[in-house]
Amino acid sequence: MKILVAIKRVADPDNANKVKIPPSGDKIDTAGLEWKMNPFDEYALETALRLTENGKSPKKREGEVIVVTLGPKDTETTLRSALATGADRAIRVETDDAELDGRLVSKALAKVVEEEKPDVVLLGKQAVDGDNNSVGQMLAEHLDYPMATFAATIQEEDGALLVGREVDGGVLTLRVKYPALVTVDLRIVASESVYSTKTDRSFKYNEGVRFAALPAIMKAKKKPLDVKALSDLTGGAELATTYLKFEPPPERKAGIKVADVTELVDKLANEAKAL
Amino acid sequence: MADALVVAEFADGKLKKSTFHAITMVKQALPALGGAFDILLVGGPGAKAAAGELTGFGARKVLVCEDASLANYTAEHYAPTVAEVGKAHGLVAMTATTTGKDLLPRVAAKLDAAYAGDCADVSADGGKITYKRPMFAGNAFGYCQLSTPIQVATARQSEFDPAAPEGGSSPVEDVAKAAPGAAAERVEFVSLDSVKSERPELTDADVIVSGGRAIKEKFFDIMEPLADELGAAIGASRAACDAGYAPGDYQVGQTGKIVAPKLYFAIGISGAIQHIAGMKGSKTIVAINKDPDAPIFQISDYGLVADLFEAVPALVEELKKQKSA
Repeated sequence: MKILVAIKRVADPDNANKVKIPPSGDKIDTAGLEWKMNPFDEYALETALRLTENGKSPKKREGEVIVVTLGPKDTETTLRSALATGADRAIRVETDDAELDGRLVSKALAKVVEEEKPDVVLLGKQAVDGDNNSVGQMLAEHLDYPMATFAATIQEEDGALLVGREVDGGVLTLRVKYPALVTVDLRIVASESVYSTKTDRSFKYNEGVRFAALPAIMKAKKKPLDVKALSDLTGGAELATTYLKFEPPPERKAGIKVADVTELVDKLANEAKAL
Repeated sequence: MADALVVAEFADGKLKKSTFHAITMVKQALPALGGAFDILLVGGPGAKAAAGELTGFGARKVLVCEDASLANYTAEHYAPTVAEVGKAHGLVAMTATTTGKDLLPRVAAKLDAAYAGDCADVSADGGKITYKRPMFAGNAFGYCQLSTPIQVATARQSEFDPAAPEGGSSPVEDVAKAAPGAAAERVEFVSLDSVKSERPELTDADVIVSGGRAIKEKFFDIMEPLADELGAAIGASRAACDAGYAPGDYQVGQTGKIVAPKLYFAIGISGAIQHIAGMKGSKTIVAINKDPDAPIFQISDYGLVADLFEAVPALVEELKKQKSA
């Protein structure tokens, strides 16, 4: 199976509360925060690796995993880390972060997918910086692919994926036939979430994503990494989303400490009028 | 001048209440377009009957596409019809439920439209719509405008009040299902396993009681009596879900559900950034934690430093007393 995974780097999401917005409101300043792979994209990469192996012998790769990102030269660090984790080759679309919105990214990715012709395209459900949650769905439409968004479980079948989607109030299960697109949610990296046809159903993965071993990090430096120009892929389409200003969320001040549940109920009933 | 389209949500034979929140967003944006708004209801059997519930909101028309093949939602079958109707409008909007978030970006791509997801507010500024969007897990808000001829947006349900009926009677018209593309032939709806619950849905509840990892195996023993007493939905921290004490879809937070009830109880939850991102819009926040330095106390209105295994049952008793008083 050939899988293409689209990834994005984001400012360290574990310190997202440290982003600064200057009084002018003209930008979100992430200075001082490390670049990390978007967590949901990390899960998509882990999913791709699980689908191209027998979980019991992951060193023997049973398919091809291609990672793609859009961004300046230094986003290659993120691609190299994906290669070290197990992806086979990488593609970077040269552009400036500020020149992109979901519409342009999905158009560019559609061209890359058309060239690569993978069986499955995997993405995180959203990037945790812009939080727009749109590229996967838009890409599926451009390609006229079936899609399963917010995937919590994936079972590979012959030429199809059986996908459990996390939806409001339950789990919606879809079968999508190749070529197909899946965006993944948090629970996809649980121990019994993803099964390729090669992995025995009794096998349990370690919870979470795998990490690269040192030799793999060295080897990753030699894996192929192609660079493409954004303008060759978007057919002259222009950026259509403009941010006018940014602002921090309203401060929430710490309230009071109550002595016991009696005082708590009294305050809720008589002060907050919340009961 | 352009018109707007509200995409209603219909499931299980019923109109979803989420629809009314998108109506509010569209009414707020409408002055920028200068036109009227229509409501589109797409669904299986029962859709036409439900359209009557949408005629009192001031829409120019209520459009209904009822087709047996649309009984189970898939974006591949729904998007062509929504795009076909949407292309005559300047704005296509829906509430950001999981269906809205799945469907509308796909519709946007079909219309070559730019998309603003999960909007917290919209305003009409001199002929342009400005969308206020939460970013960086709620640590920033961005105000953006879209420059494509058709714009597509989803409304964060908790940030828009449900529209109230204003009387009048919008005419109801049938629309035909648009032919789906090749994608529709390769997707098959298998099942929808609903979590049947007497409790309100998390994204819809006035009161939420959320538990953390500290409650361990006693999660339901501790949380259910309190939820019953308050008529509340039950939520959980990511740590509690990851540890398996609570189901995954209970998760409140940046990567789970974003909620903003009138009253939120954080029980045994220390207050990780990603949890706070999902609930800090709540009107009143109560925290019960035995660690007096837990970060959750920095954002709670009422904090109780106590052992939750004693405090929560005592709270249930106190609420019962208060109710009968």
